[in-house]
Amino acid sequence: MEYILKNGIVYDPTHNVAGDKKDVMIKDGKIVDNVSSDAKVLDVTDKLVMAAGVDVHAHIAGPKLCLGRLYRPEDSRAGLVAKTDITRAETGFSIPSCSATGYRYSRMGYGTVTEAAVPPLEAKHTHEEIMAIPNIDVSPLALFGNNWFVLQFVKANDLEGLAAFVAAWLKLSKCYGMKVVNPCGSEAWGWGMNVHGIDDPAPHWDVTGREVVRALTQVNEMLGLPHSMHVHPNDLGHPGNYPTTIGTLDAVKDIKKNPNVIRDQTIHCTHLQFHCYGGTSWRDAKSGAAPVADYINKNKHVTCDVGQVTFDETTTMTADAPMEYDLYKLSGLKWANKDIELETAAGLIPIIYSPKAPVNALQWAIGLELFLMINDPWQVVLTTDSPNAGPFIRYPRIMSWLMSSDRRTEMLENEVHKWATKRTDLASLDRVYDWNDIATVTRSAPAKILGLEQRGHLGVGANADVAVYDIEPENFDATKASNASVIEDVMGRAAYTIKDGEIVVKDGKIVKVVPSRHMWTNVTGFEEQEKKVLEDIMPMFNRYYTIKFENYKVFDHYIDPAIEFKIDAGK
Amino acid sequence: MAYEEPITDYDHIVENCTCAFCGSNCDDLDFLVKGNHVVGVRHACRLGASKIMEDEDQRLKVPMMRDENGELQEVDWDTALDAAAELIANAVRPLFFGWSETSIECMKKGLKLTEYVGAVIDNQATICHGPTVQAVQNVGYPLMTLGEVKNRADMVVYTGSNPMNAHPRHLARYSVFPRGWFRQRGRFDRTLVTWDPKFSDTAKMSDIWVPFEENGDYGFCNAIRAVLKGKELKEDVISGIPKQDIIDLTEAMKNVEFGALFFGLGLTHTLSKQRNIDIAIQLVQDLNAYTKWVLLPMRGHFNVNGFNIYMAYEMGFPYGVDFCRGYPRYMIGETTTVDLLNRKEPDVFLVIAADPGAHFPGGANMHLANIPVIQIDIHWGPSTELADIVLPGTFIGVETPGTSYRMDSVPIHMKSAIDPPETCREDEWIVNELYERVKKIKEEAK
Ligand code: SF4
Ligand SMILES: [Zn+2]
Repeated sequence: MEYILKNGIVYDPTHNVAGDKKDVMIKDGKIVDNVSSDAKVLDVTDKLVMAAGVDVHAHIAGPKLCLGRLYRPEDSRAGLVAKTDITRAETGFSIPSCSATGYRYSRMGYGTVTEAAVPPLEAKHTHEEIMAIPNIDVSPLALFGNNWFVLQFVKANDLEGLAAFVAAWLKLSKCYGMKVVNPCGSEAWGWGMNVHGIDDPAPHWDVTGREVVRALTQVNEMLGLPHSMHVHPNDLGHPGNYPTTIGTLDAVKDIKKNPNVIRDQTIHCTHLQFHCYGGTSWRDAKSGAAPVADYINKNKHVTCDVGQVTFDETTTMTADAPMEYDLYKLSGLKWANKDIELETAAGLIPIIYSPKAPVNALQWAIGLELFLMINDPWQVVLTTDSPNAGPFIRYPRIMSWLMSSDRRTEMLENEVHKWATKRTDLASLDRVYDWNDIATVTRSAPAKILGLEQRGHLGVGANADVAVYDIEPENFDATKASNASVIEDVMGRAAYTIKDGEIVVKDGKIVKVVPSRHMWTNVTGFEEQEKKVLEDIMPMFNRYYTIKFENYKVFDHYIDPAIEFKIDAGK
Repeated sequence: MAYEEPITDYDHIVENCTCAFCGSNCDDLDFLVKGNHVVGVRHACRLGASKIMEDEDQRLKVPMMRDENGELQEVDWDTALDAAAELIANAVRPLFFGWSETSIECMKKGLKLTEYVGAVIDNQATICHGPTVQAVQNVGYPLMTLGEVKNRADMVVYTGSNPMNAHPRHLARYSVFPRGWFRQRGRFDRTLVTWDPKFSDTAKMSDIWVPFEENGDYGFCNAIRAVLKGKELKEDVISGIPKQDIIDLTEAMKNVEFGALFFGLGLTHTLSKQRNIDIAIQLVQDLNAYTKWVLLPMRGHFNVNGFNIYMAYEMGFPYGVDFCRGYPRYMIGETTTVDLLNRKEPDVFLVIAADPGAHFPGGANMHLANIPVIQIDIHWGPSTELADIVLPGTFIGVETPGTSYRMDSVPIHMKSAIDPPETCREDEWIVNELYERVKKIKEEAK
């Protein structure tokens, strides 16, 4: 099938196309530079055209999500939509059902989403959910930061062994990259404890967060994985945590990037908003965004996503399980937890972010400060750490805040608690994002950060993942406060979403359902080392896991259809 | 126990098979296979081994339908499937119940059929751990995988369950006996506690047995919570347990490094039902202020948890999900099987991998006797007596591979070791076939 999208206003930051009136041509699922006369013409005259969105960090599939759905039927009821001839019924607001997840991303014009936390032991579950999600390709990241084998390799300073282990475990769990969450802290949670800062060792292991992050980052570059180290630093959500954040980023500064990757960074810091708090307690908490943004502005080895608070009732869920218990102590809401043997932990709790609550207003303002203080939009990605700071369906609302300082002023003056003004610099930031910036932080930057060459842009050879929005950038003043609701509305229901050259959304409605693909990284060139490492660790595996190794892996039928990223680590 | 000669007469061994019996989903079984029969099972407990091997006696082998005299007679597959599809396609309020002993792959087809006809789909949780799920929805759910207990726990409590009889390898494989990373001496490094009115086989081997009186569970948990919160106990004996014993036990629970509470239907189905679970969960949450505690319900069937997980990720609700309005509704007491049957709402009942005939209350079964019942199963059972159409499935984990979720939600791919009987069909195939045939009937009627 061939298409030609005619006369759209195209934003493609990767190729420095910023608002040019252009045609976009599609053939066989790819962007091409010419099509035959049979091509179907889609008249998108003067409408906003971008590559489909790419989400660098969200929680959409797997055991945590499922636990959330199981124990929050009130949330499932909050998002009921009846089935249609094309779509299945949808449930859920902060934790949508699998099909709802796919439809909703697709309606926003997104085509690729990273599932940010996969415990390898339960990776089959994550992949089962991905099979149930339509219309978006999913890049799952496996959790390594509290894995006992990792802790052992780090302790023994055996980077070769660690690299082989990571290569083997990505194959077993069929994941795309590595994720580290509260390194050593989630292991400490096995005893109901936590670690504080990056130099506090996990009890019994004598290994610190700094050592784990450094070792895994080195291994990531040794192997040349498409994505970088993806880290959720220690001390999430604690007032006074920003030095830990800068310390974590700085800990890997000297590590050289692998020459074969397309990304610029060696470390991606996720939901940075939660890691930029000053003060010493919630009484005197204030923003720590400025020093962190300053660090990022000076250091190209770092990228981040924000984890913007959206003022919703949502569900927090993270492998940072001790933090979830802290939240439980504060709110007393129903707390769930799920510790995974030898690998990680997870916690969940519902949360209500209120604009009137001082702490929530502060968090909201810090997120926006990061967007506005980090100069290079290629270093910052729009996320809500969905559903932690808010559900992903709020991305269009965040766009409206970024595009209008008048709207932000309106909110600071009338809607949010004064901590947002008094304890942050948000009120003094009048920078606004233009459509090019929006395209950067929602597609081009995340695709590059993830190392996805064929996504996030509209160059020839790219996947034909395209979004068209029903707005005329040239006849629309996005800076006007009263236009914020228009942005939110329009960006929430794409005029077209095209996935691999097929129209899946038209006029904000799902018109076609296609299976999502499971993206995974196959490291080659390390086979001998992997074999040896597996032999070495097998006695420990057999003794301390409760499942047989043969039954541990994700079999191929759980990742159908898949996209395999073959990496030659021998290079 | 009499000594049994080891089995030597077999052709080959299939290793690392998963037991399709209890929620322990032991995945370390070796099947000894001879001529397409499992003649021996290594590592399994007697429950598991007997289910896997002594399978032949009451096996349903051919499709059957009732004749005019009410006798089940063999029919061919097409006849049985068409008749079943006809019943479902013409039903106003079909109810599809069971699923806990089949694979996720089969459930997928089942949900597709359910959504298509607007039926109610439900599983055994509705009569077993349903109150647990309700409690979880009230107060939360601090869980772990079983390996956490094996590697860390120095205190293990069982209440309202007797794993020595119902989950025989639970203590040996996961919780009490095995050597763990931080518990290298296994059993000697752990305190085993049973709270149970009965001196069960599990209580007999425990270090501490707390025989609270029947229906005393709520009061007993409440008293521990009170002590934890520094409250004075006003009575000398609570739920049949002397005050000092409660204080001592509380102190012991506070002072372990890692405690795990396992609870069974004895807790969910005594007087206070889900309130018992509420308070047990809250007790564990409170204990986390002092040290590490986790809990887990002892799920019965090998995939009862799998159904709840599957339905939650597909449709946001764990069981008792009604699609009659085109979107899922879940309301305990409204959309749950026994309540629907008591209200005589369903007009066709499909039962798969479950035995309501043996487990449902009389009123519910009375209604089942009055409406058409379609059974998909591998064994004859009381439900077969109620069934009008019988469709013989295959044995997941022995004859057909499939996915299940262990009681702690660890997903397991269960392999197969032998071929199914030629006259039987895989559950997944049968349910899909029903979907296709129902769809044909409905589309032709349009
Ligand atoms: S404990 Fe349960 S799963 Fe394990 S062998 Fe026995 S019956 Fe099977
Ligand atoms: Zn996250």
